[in-house]
Amino acid sequence: MGILLGILNNLIKGISLGSIYAIIALGYTMVYGIAKMLNFAHGDVIMVGAYVCFFAMGQYKLHPIVAVLLAMAVCTVLGVIIERLAYKPLRAAPSLAVLITAIGVSYFLQNSALLLWKSDTKIFPSVVGTGSFKIGELSITHVALVTVAACVVIMLALTFFTSRTKMGKAMRACSEDKGAAMLMGIDVNRTISMTFAIGSALAAVAGVLLCSAYPTLMPTTGSLPGIKAFTAAVFGGIGSIPGAMLGGILLGIIEIFAKAYISTALSDAIVFAVLIIVLLVKPSGLLGKTIREKV
Amino acid sequence: MSRMEQRKPTRLVPVPSVNMVPERDVDKRPILECRNLGIDFGGLTAVDEFDMAIGRTEIAGLIGPNGAGKTTVFNLLTKVYQPTRGTILLDGKDTHNMSITQVNRAGIARTFQNIRLFDKLSVEDNVKIGLHNQIRYPMWNGVFRLPGYWKKEKLAHESAMELLHIFDMEDLANHQAGSLPYGAQRRLEIVRALATNPSLLLLDEPAAGMNPSETADLMENILKIRDTFHIAIMLIEHDMNLVMGICEGICVLNFGKIIAKGTPEDIQNNPRVIEAYLGSQKKEG
Amino acid sequence: MKKLSPGRKRLVNNSITYGMVAAAFIILQVLRGQGMVSPSLEGQLVPICAYVVMAISLNLVVGISGELSLGHAGFMSVGAFSGVIAAMSLQNAIPSPALRLVVAMVVGALFAGVAGFIVGVPVLRLRGDYLAIVTLAFGEIIKNIINILYVGVDGSGLHFSTKNEAALALESGGKAILKGPMGVTANVKLATFTAGFILVLIAITVVLNLVNSRAGRAILALRDNRIAAESVGIGATKYKLMAFVTSAVLAGAAGALYAMNYSSVAAKKFDFNTSILVLVFVVLGGMGNIRGSIIAAALLTVLPELLRAVNDYRMLVYAVVLILVMLATNNPTIRDFFSRLGLKKAPAKKGVKQA
Repeated sequence: MGILLGILNNLIKGISLGSIYAIIALGYTMVYGIAKMLNFAHGDVIMVGAYVCFFAMGQYKLHPIVAVLLAMAVCTVLGVIIERLAYKPLRAAPSLAVLITAIGVSYFLQNSALLLWKSDTKIFPSVVGTGSFKIGELSITHVALVTVAACVVIMLALTFFTSRTKMGKAMRACSEDKGAAMLMGIDVNRTISMTFAIGSALAAVAGVLLCSAYPTLMPTTGSLPGIKAFTAAVFGGIGSIPGAMLGGILLGIIEIFAKAYISTALSDAIVFAVLIIVLLVKPSGLLGKTIREKV
Repeated sequence: MSRMEQRKPTRLVPVPSVNMVPERDVDKRPILECRNLGIDFGGLTAVDEFDMAIGRTEIAGLIGPNGAGKTTVFNLLTKVYQPTRGTILLDGKDTHNMSITQVNRAGIARTFQNIRLFDKLSVEDNVKIGLHNQIRYPMWNGVFRLPGYWKKEKLAHESAMELLHIFDMEDLANHQAGSLPYGAQRRLEIVRALATNPSLLLLDEPAAGMNPSETADLMENILKIRDTFHIAIMLIEHDMNLVMGICEGICVLNFGKIIAKGTPEDIQNNPRVIEAYLGSQKKEG
Repeated sequence: MKKLSPGRKRLVNNSITYGMVAAAFIILQVLRGQGMVSPSLEGQLVPICAYVVMAISLNLVVGISGELSLGHAGFMSVGAFSGVIAAMSLQNAIPSPALRLVVAMVVGALFAGVAGFIVGVPVLRLRGDYLAIVTLAFGEIIKNIINILYVGVDGSGLHFSTKNEAALALESGGKAILKGPMGVTANVKLATFTAGFILVLIAITVVLNLVNSRAGRAILALRDNRIAAESVGIGATKYKLMAFVTSAVLAGAAGALYAMNYSSVAAKKFDFNTSILVLVFVVLGGMGNIRGSIIAAALLTVLPELLRAVNDYRMLVYAVVLILVMLATNNPTIRDFFSRLGLKKAPAKKGVKQA
């Protein structure tokens, strides 16, 4: 029974970590779908969100929910500003130029954080307390529960948003064909801004949840989860919302199981190895569409 | 070579539906034979029951309304798409499971409807790339500039110039391919395809975007190419003057299926063709 | 201006590149002789050479072969550690330091080349962003593996372990070379500026000669239009792999050179950020432009040092410079301005679609 319990516990941990990855991956995938760019600064927006929440709760003694909302608001504005200043002028530029700019923005955010908030590690207080539910011998932390719940809610909301609302349909139209969308009277720039806004708000949520589960916060906190979430987005098929979700959760589970049963030092290598194998078998990710080149 | 020997040199009896081979080529094995060729994209059948043969020195035309599946046939022959069913025999050899590259090496070269040159490279380099498998030397000869490099590069330069001479394009050798006028780009694509030393040349709308005098020159040049290199040429073209002027056999495609095959005279008088294609055009024009 | 033939133009262009590198080397050597080089720049000379070679080699993959690689530091890492292990284990067998450095670089290049082949075969089946992410993944895997690797040497040869130093079971007199996450800690520094300069020359020669040959044209053709290249009988896998492996070989030599400049070096030095750093050199220097890569790599390696005056802000300034340069070089007005000045050729609009 001990082994089974261990597996169950790890599964819960994995799903919870995976949900965080999934929320970050949603931001990556939406931006990629619409702007066809890898927004490398996305991971650092997570970090900014976590810091805002940290100071709002610690220094200004705000209620956790208010703090999270504030973090979302700050990140939304930040995301839109980044898009306007750094990415929008490069709409017609080669994709590598945009990628390098995104890397520049990532450095900028990290180093600004370093100057503003110093490099020392902050201990992040969990927004939902440190308690846990017990079902028999199985214990599920409140953070894990909230994370998974948040992930499910976000997923449902996004699916509804993209399939039912006018703005969501505009987004899908833009990701299919920007030129055609423009001819249909869709304001492409506004749609892209909106995508960045949503993605960044999600990043804030992810940042808070990530730091609630793993309570160390420093200027580089966002980079590795950012890379992994990006991997998750590709894993699931970049551009696909359910793909990002599936990819994120699978990645989380693989990582936790690799840590628990194989090797802590090699867990990242195992995650990436699985990614490579999946991409070799399905070159456009688990739920990605294969596009035939027109000749 | 061994595969070539294993295959029995069967003399194919011309099947009634495969009747495009001109008289001088009838005794010889056709350079290309398609049997029941077809491809589905998802649920959609783009090409079906495509049967035809081309003689070794024939100029054949593939015509049909837009969206009939003409370019898809070329893509099947060159393995850009793998056929869903059917057989392609190139000089009697099954091209099943060959890649684009292998089919070229086996003897099919092509041009593209939407020109695909190496835009940033010079005209000469474009032709030299076509000569890739004709003039070979190992990588390190190039990296270390061994004598073999200089010898083969000189040969490549000379061959490229000779090929460019077909269209009198030697003067343009140093120009960037992407900067050439449209007509010259089309001609360069033909030269590049010829550089691969094919036995069958596929031309996808070679006259598109050319003015009447350029088209007239092109017609002459296509004949010249056939007579110089003794190869078969199949072309997709909307310019009926060109098609009727130089093609010996014509195959008409509509909705992915062959609706008529025969000499230009046969095609011009075929009621199905007139109905599907020429008829409607006459009304327009 | 007289119109030169492409061959002549290429010759002039390449001569400028070689001349520039040689001139920089001679000037620096003279300055060093007169004691006019600051200690901080002195310490940067070998790393500059290593990064220049990295940039040239990555340009072969990204600029010339047209495949985005985000894991180039992985090959640098393989070269660094295999080179150091070779140099340290042959310390007694080869007394000459110069020869040992050469051996280190050759071994580094070979191992990185093998790694490049192993990574390249699966990776090059993918396209675009998927290829990029898989190179990233391989870079991380290489880092992780070296991070858990312990290597020691004693009278009976090399010992390997993935557990800890004790598991190497070295005889007395043996020494541990690579110690997992701590990396190499007791390396004998052998790298010299002259060695770096020679490696840079080799890298330039290999890449420029390769590009202007049959294989190079095939690589360029595949980049510009893969289907067209395949349709004239060029095997995509072979030539993509050729570029990738050649690039890995050069990166491995650069890694060995780099590592031989320090007494201690750990795997985390060659992480994703290093890959990105090198990619930045390539993009800023211009895709496929070898001279640009060299200049960008040298300047950007020195830049953070020059910014020491504004120590706390230097990485911030670096980031801002990076963003501004990207915005400026991709701004149509500014690009027009430069092309009118004749300083830089305005790149042709990519992929104009034909109906």
